[in-house]
Amino acid sequence: MSNEATLHSQQEVMHGAGAHDHHDHEHHDSFISKYVFSMDHKMIAKQFLITGIIWAIIGAFFSVLFRLQLGYPDATFPWLESILGHWAKGGRITPEAYYALVTMHGTILVFFVLTAGLSGTFSNLLIPLQVGARDMASPFMNCLSYWFFFLASLVMMASLFVQTGPASGGWTMYPPLSALGDASIGSKIGVDLWLTSMALFVVSQLLGGLNYISTILNMRTKGMSMTKMPLTIWSFFFTAVLGVLSFPVLLSGFILLLMDRHAGTSFYLSDIFIAGKALANEGGSAILYQHLFWFLGHPEVYIIILPAMGMVSEVLAVNSRKPIFGYLAMIGSLFAICILAFLVWAHHMFVTGLNPFLGAFFVLLTLLIAVPSAIKVFNWITTIWKGNIRFTPASLFSIGFVSTFISGGLTGIWLGNSSIDIHLHDTYFVIAHFHIVMGVSAFFGMFAAIYHWFPKMYGRFMNNTLGYIHFWITLVGAYLIFWPMHYEGMAGMPRRYFDYSSWTSFNQFEGLNQFISFVVIIVFATQLLFVFNFFYSIFKGRKLTTMNPWKATSLEWTTPINPGHGNWPGEIPEVHRWAYDYSKDGRDFIPQTEPIGPNESAH
Amino acid sequence: MSGFLAVLVVVLIFIVIFQIAKASEYVSILKGEKKARQQSNRINGFLLIAFLVLGLIGVYYCNNLLKGKILGESASVQGEGVDTLIYVTLAITGVVFVITQIALFVFAFKYQEKEGQKAFYFPHNNKLEVIWTVIPAIALTVLVAFGLKHWFQLTSDAPADAAVVEVTGKQFNWLIRYPGKDGQLGRKANNLIDPAASNEIGIDWNDPLSHDDFQATEVHLVVGKPVKFVIGSRDVIHDVGLPQFRMKMDAVPGIPTTLWFTPKYTTKQMKEKTGNPDFTYEISCDQMCGAGHYSMRGVIVVETQEEYDAWVAKQPTQYSLAHPAAAPAAPAADAKADSTKTVAANIK
Repeated sequence: MSNEATLHSQQEVMHGAGAHDHHDHEHHDSFISKYVFSMDHKMIAKQFLITGIIWAIIGAFFSVLFRLQLGYPDATFPWLESILGHWAKGGRITPEAYYALVTMHGTILVFFVLTAGLSGTFSNLLIPLQVGARDMASPFMNCLSYWFFFLASLVMMASLFVQTGPASGGWTMYPPLSALGDASIGSKIGVDLWLTSMALFVVSQLLGGLNYISTILNMRTKGMSMTKMPLTIWSFFFTAVLGVLSFPVLLSGFILLLMDRHAGTSFYLSDIFIAGKALANEGGSAILYQHLFWFLGHPEVYIIILPAMGMVSEVLAVNSRKPIFGYLAMIGSLFAICILAFLVWAHHMFVTGLNPFLGAFFVLLTLLIAVPSAIKVFNWITTIWKGNIRFTPASLFSIGFVSTFISGGLTGIWLGNSSIDIHLHDTYFVIAHFHIVMGVSAFFGMFAAIYHWFPKMYGRFMNNTLGYIHFWITLVGAYLIFWPMHYEGMAGMPRRYFDYSSWTSFNQFEGLNQFISFVVIIVFATQLLFVFNFFYSIFKGRKLTTMNPWKATSLEWTTPINPGHGNWPGEIPEVHRWAYDYSKDGRDFIPQTEPIGPNESAH
Repeated sequence: MSGFLAVLVVVLIFIVIFQIAKASEYVSILKGEKKARQQSNRINGFLLIAFLVLGLIGVYYCNNLLKGKILGESASVQGEGVDTLIYVTLAITGVVFVITQIALFVFAFKYQEKEGQKAFYFPHNNKLEVIWTVIPAIALTVLVAFGLKHWFQLTSDAPADAAVVEVTGKQFNWLIRYPGKDGQLGRKANNLIDPAASNEIGIDWNDPLSHDDFQATEVHLVVGKPVKFVIGSRDVIHDVGLPQFRMKMDAVPGIPTTLWFTPKYTTKQMKEKTGNPDFTYEISCDQMCGAGHYSMRGVIVVETQEEYDAWVAKQPTQYSLAHPAAAPAAPAADAKADSTKTVAANIK
């Protein structure tokens, strides 16, 4: 059903009589249909968010466990044995457990938290609310999208408890290590469960992504042309396009891997001698998997960061009381990033023996992507310039986002240049780079969005003081953890090492590693404070008294404080202007729904 | 017990923070929303500028603390180019970093909400946007040009007189093979691997080129002489990482790869240069390869030509180790005799 139809039949909607219009059917919502198999995009958003939060706690806790090993390699922690059993005999994590923790940390954070938890939550929440639709194009597919994610979560969770442990070959799951059970204990049933879970996850992403795209293209309210949409919607749109085009490639890579594991094929295997015998597999290429993986893997980092960029743009504009600077340039740079994202994947493979001539093109395209990123940064800074900035927790996290995006983005220029990458590839420099630019930044974008739209989700505010404490400790902690790692990487210190003590080239950082681990524990505890604030505020937070607490222009704040399924009780409002008329013609803000006045200046 | 106490302390700290937060929210309601917002704005504005200043001092302090611990001068001729490129990139990105971070935090501090202050309606400015599209594009073009120049040098073919060393990764150590006097490595195949018959690499003894090949536990290189590594793996993907030489290349089963460089300093000279008597050139495995990944260490000894020659003279050929019964005088034994000898070696 289109919005046009909805608008024309609004009379019926108001009386709940529109036979084809299920939006206002609140009268027979059972517990199951309201909270479990809900088709309301707002409830599905909350489901994604809370599942994401649970995964984030698990994933972050895993990092605390392996940081204990890195920071205190000689110490024993008897309590570890009580939770990990034979994986931490005598209170010291075994190498097998260490690699399983590292792998699961990556998988969980990249896919389950920063993809599903971030874009799943806010695409669902904001697309219908900000384009002016009653729900997604297909609420049922949207519901399926969450439940496929839930199934993926269950399978991944189950893999943590099998006898031989979860997958442990790194989140990239390169064969032959991941293809051969004899190569690693984690490559036994663990990898099968990992692949199954990821396949379900891909299905979930495709169902969600197709829905986001069709909703944005077809269900905008009257007057909401593409160039009147808030930047959040543009970023969700490009994110969905990236996901829909690249996740299937990942799935194909996984299917080939599964066949190599169980059907005796040789897509990735050749000339292997393992466990005392030579395998018959001939002619496969282990590098083929890397191409298939990174064809998603690189767009994936933009799938993670684009929604954060969009939401930060929105939060910065609202709280600076200024229009976002260079709206069209912001869309243009999102578009450029989206296109280039598909053309840079092999920069993860400079040292695989890739043809150097081919590598040259990937250097060029990779560094090219820094141009739209730079435009975005300058535009954000100009947005706060001469503003009148309110430091809400959301706007602080947005400023933090810009700061970490600069810091992590600039080191991307180092790594994208293949000659430098030869030295820094697979060292701590890489860890520092991507944790700052897509880990911390994306989390900051997510926190900004949670603090900003929490009132829309639950009709209450989160506690501000806890928000400020959360922000300051996290910002300082993130820099303390990741900044010194650049130096470790410059020394060539390889990532994914269980212990550095036997290396004369890398054992000079013992004290630093201990310091980093110590900060990790504090930052982790602070995140628990945030989680507490989140759940406490759902039930006990200060209640909203106005519909538009941030005095924002966009459509979501024209809905009631606790909108029902269908979002607007009456007609969907018509849109007359873009979403960034702040401080225009002497007025603090002009909502999108207000018609252009006769004497108004054009923007 | 101490663990329990630690948890208790953490929980108590949480409760205290939470109570303060809750109380401050009540206070802000009493004071009125506007006044509370002004107050928290002032505090956070101050913290932002403090973070900027302390952060920049911290960057400087961190650099002072750690710069001595990262690798000094490149130990290979080719690595010098990498280092130059790193410094050029550091200069460009460093300037951008300082300018943008200062602008971000200073603007946030300066334009914090104040009574009577109006935000400036400034939706776009084409001139500004063109400027900050073109400048990064030019800077990046320079970096790409420099980078590719070095990249093509680093990945060029090794000089014809380069020494050859074969490095094969396996879980979890490196197998090192030298081509011997003829300078050519004998054929190998993974189905010929037989650790019990001293054939870890799967050398094909039918290939006469293999008969003078010798294996070693350490890589020995001659200072100032280019060397080419022929890299492979017999199980999963590994990676030959040579941090001091600024070199790295994956070891992929089934797909041989190469890298080459010219060592500049002997191990002994590096010990003096770094002031570290334990200094060793190490081969690290830089690609996750299983539970023993972190222990996959190889050693490179760089020495003078004389020391190297003396070392080579002491190395027995792998053929002689695999065929203890064969007389060294008759290395070109025929295949039939070979296989019987292998069996003999197996029994032994």
